Amino acid sequence: MVNTKVNLLGIEIDNPIIPASGTYGFGYEFAELYDINILGTFSFKGTTKEPRFGNPTPRIAECTAGMINSVGLQNPGVEKVISEELPKLAKVFNKPVMANVSGFSVEEYAYTCEKINACEQVGWIEVNVSCPNVHNGGMSFGTEPSAVEKVVKAVKAVTTKPIIIKLSPNVTDIVSIAKAAEAAGADGISLINTLLGMRIDIKRRQPVIANKMGGFSGSAIFPVAVRMVYQVYDAVKIPIIGMGGVSTAKDVIEMMMAGATAVQVGAANLVDPFACKTIIKDLPKELAKLNINDINEIIGGAH
Amino acid sequence: MYQGFYEIKSNKKLTDSIFEMVLIGDTSSITAPGQFINIKLDGFYLRRPISICDYDDSTITIIYKVVGEGTEVMSKMNAGEKLDVLCGLGNGFNTSKSLDKPVLVGGGVGVPPMYNLCKKLIAEGKKVTVILGFNKKDEIFYEDEFKKLGADVKVTTVDGSYGIKGFVTDALKETEYSYFFTCGPMPMFKAIESTATTSGQYSFEERMGCGFGACMGCSCKTKYGNKRICKDGPVLEREEIIW
Repeated sequence: MVNTKVNLLGIEIDNPIIPASGTYGFGYEFAELYDINILGTFSFKGTTKEPRFGNPTPRIAECTAGMINSVGLQNPGVEKVISEELPKLAKVFNKPVMANVSGFSVEEYAYTCEKINACEQVGWIEVNVSCPNVHNGGMSFGTEPSAVEKVVKAVKAVTTKPIIIKLSPNVTDIVSIAKAAEAAGADGISLINTLLGMRIDIKRRQPVIANKMGGFSGSAIFPVAVRMVYQVYDAVKIPIIGMGGVSTAKDVIEMMMAGATAVQVGAANLVDPFACKTIIKDLPKELAKLNINDINEIIGGAH
Repeated sequence: MYQGFYEIKSNKKLTDSIFEMVLIGDTSSITAPGQFINIKLDGFYLRRPISICDYDDSTITIIYKVVGEGTEVMSKMNAGEKLDVLCGLGNGFNTSKSLDKPVLVGGGVGVPPMYNLCKKLIAEGKKVTVILGFNKKDEIFYEDEFKKLGADVKVTTVDGSYGIKGFVTDALKETEYSYFFTCGPMPMFKAIESTATTSGQYSFEERMGCGFGACMGCSCKTKYGNKRICKDGPVLEREEIIW
């Protein structure tokens, strides 16, 4: 028997597989297809203080081995997430869920995190300071070490659950941002969010996406993600959740060897709704092939 | 929703750019006319959503237009090849509101989902009029197929090379109907919206990420709140649409 259990910031999860925020909604669409309790956990749809419709459509563009999205944090707002989505989720998912929070000011981040912190179902709060699809918010907090520190401190002051800061790859020096998050008191770091990208329709001479640019994800970005997780692992002591283009059990192993304690799967869920189920099934077999009995022994194994 | 590998039974050209493909596989997840399937193609990251034209216990017929690299690849596939398909997506048309004399309006690649809908409405004992709109004569497909179902079929062409010269709305104005169902391009929808005299249902198209409601890539605002074209649509009722 290969052990795939990992301890993620004080909570033991059955395996390190976590569907990434924005690719798994609040779980129901996938619960129609398979028992989502096989997951380690999942990170629910990015939640803000107020309800948001998000950006105009088209919001999606296809790329070679990936896609661009500019959804723009569409969500029903924290009140409805707590009063409607979480009770519905409780019917199909009996494990601690990872909340995902975004904001447009330090106060908003703190407000939403404080509300979410009171929810028993939530095991961790992932704070997104890296959404490339909203103006005056999101990513702008994740590109300045001082802004990251402010968000982390404000959120930590009003919460008791583990706080994971989700970082943007759209920075010159990912290490300085990660160090700032750690120094400010973050319990963990997740990376990478999407890469800012763009496609142009050459027949129309126009951007494919209404918002012109969006977040590039999918298997094409995997090497960038592995590199950044590897760099950040060397620089911080807090646990890392690795993500970016992960599509297979082998990708999970590689990401963990780079330094991830757990791994998020994003765009792959949209192309193959059974992606996480397949990865969870394959993971012990792939580990066994490498003579690995306990997945914990590979975390940071490439360093 | 069901995911499986479907074998291509046939793949034939109907016009210069329109193809009809018949797939063999599980159809139990299809619950209404107007639903769609989402097809994975080798070498392309996202799936291709294509409306279901017709289905029975073991086959699905789709009609698609070659508009890009993905549909180009599809057009070159042969019988016996297999496709990874997500089946039974979207809400589909609700026939219960159609009353006794529904009219079905399809424009171009909006024609295919009208076929199974027409079949169902006729099976329900309704007197169905079908209006098919094309640009010109050599783009016309499925006129005879609709006639064989027993519908009263009117064809319009913009250049007048066949049938009624003009737009689908020119035929709609001359039709007596109790309800309408339509699928086609946005300019056609807007013309129908300003012409139609009854309630009806529109089937929308949007660029999709997943096709099953997870990514919020294809959201739209309606009078009843935000909806996902892929999951809560593609069919919306006239009364809820914000134009």
